[in-house]
Amino acid sequence: MTTMWKMVRYQARDVARSRWLAAYTLFFAAATEGLLRFAGGSAQALASVASVVMFVVPLATIVFGTVYVYNAREFIELVLAQPVRRRQLFAGLYLGLVLPLAVGFVVGLGLPFALHGVDDPALRAPLATLIAVGVALTAIFTGIALLIAVRTDDRLRALGAAIGIWLACSLVYDGVVLLLVATFADYQLERPMIALMLANPVDLARVALLLQLDAAALMGYTGAVLQRFLGTAAGTATAAAALALWIAAPATLGARAFRRKDF
Amino acid sequence: MIDIRRVEKAFGAQRVLQAVDLAIAPARVTAIVGPNGAGKTTLIKMIVGLVRPDAGEIRFDGVPIGDGHAHRARIGYMPQIARFPDNLTGAELLAMLTDLRGAACAARRDETLIGALGIERELSKPLRVLSGGTRQKVNAVIAFLFHPELLILDEPTAGLDPVASSTLKDAILASRGAGRTVLLTSHNMGELEELADDVAFLLDGCVRYHGPVHELKRRTRQSNLERAIAEVMLRGVAA
Repeated sequence: MTTMWKMVRYQARDVARSRWLAAYTLFFAAATEGLLRFAGGSAQALASVASVVMFVVPLATIVFGTVYVYNAREFIELVLAQPVRRRQLFAGLYLGLVLPLAVGFVVGLGLPFALHGVDDPALRAPLATLIAVGVALTAIFTGIALLIAVRTDDRLRALGAAIGIWLACSLVYDGVVLLLVATFADYQLERPMIALMLANPVDLARVALLLQLDAAALMGYTGAVLQRFLGTAAGTATAAAALALWIAAPATLGARAFRRKDF
Repeated sequence: MIDIRRVEKAFGAQRVLQAVDLAIAPARVTAIVGPNGAGKTTLIKMIVGLVRPDAGEIRFDGVPIGDGHAHRARIGYMPQIARFPDNLTGAELLAMLTDLRGAACAARRDETLIGALGIERELSKPLRVLSGGTRQKVNAVIAFLFHPELLILDEPTAGLDPVASSTLKDAILASRGAGRTVLLTSHNMGELEELADDVAFLLDGCVRYHGPVHELKRRTRQSNLERAIAEVMLRGVAA
């Protein structure tokens, strides 16, 4: 077993036992269960759950990731004092956070759906996409959290940066896009819109899901554009590739900063 | 054993170490002393490889440590602050470090300190419920666990009760007796008087004295280490 997996094994155990993770899982279970009961139909429930996922997963993972790494600072030093490579340790740290958070999310969201059953077979692909997109967001925002925590020594500033990035991706970005659309309504905006969508992981995740729901045109300008330009299959592939890039970029930058860091 | 040559380090505008030269002799206890912020912990972390020097190099048995990690297999490190993952038990933490060190270490762990410090039962509890002193004991156990040739102890007895502190000091002296090298920092001069063979005095990022304790006392004409160090601090460089 490589150093990385050894690290993952113990750290994932630590994260899995935290009350935080239990609360996170319970939250998704309760929210999904509630929406399934009261939304009047799986399709509506799925759309509502999706909104919750897009909002909560980035916030919870980026805050938890940042706080966890700060609390683990002395522990990281202790592990770094062992004969291990820094790259392996960072990979272990990253996966040791992503895996339990992803499992918590999937279990919390999946259990109510599994208990109720999905009545409409056409909803299975969107549900699978929602789960995949939620896991991708977990990986992306944990990566960003690690990058922030490695690059910033001040805990409060790091937490501020984490919440700032979440606000920017989840709220501010949509507003800016709408403003641009309104301002440049007389121009051809399709291509800049696609670029804008690829630049925000939360937008990207939302579009990837909406492409599956056949509601792309209804919910969001960028989604409609992507579907019209690329069709569902190519649009989904583009979104998936962009999400993969979004997972790789912060993790790679974080690993590089971690290798050079003084502890 | 450890050769520190012209090592410099700055954090931003703050120059923590300025051209430090220091040779740590094998099979002796060397104490690094100096006021707060003198660069003691930075120097120690450099030897472990947690901090990289801006200039100069550190050699371990003649081999530059560079960016490598192999030399850490021979070091037992006890950091100043003992904080561990909240939800793991002490036994799990020790198992993890053993796993990371590889199979060869699993068979021959040195667990004498676990018994000597009386923390067998504490090791089955989650680390977050342990008191600061008990965590410090776990910290000490980790440093001694893999028969290190070089023990690096940053304020080892801070927060320990007199019994535990004495046990740890006995373990340090026994290690020296077994031919191991010990490098430690402490603010407790009485304790260093008891443990240290050599002393390296660090002030404003420079080594102001390095040599045997008795030599320092002779030069400063003082009978105990605390007064001898105070004399060096007041006069700057030891004559």
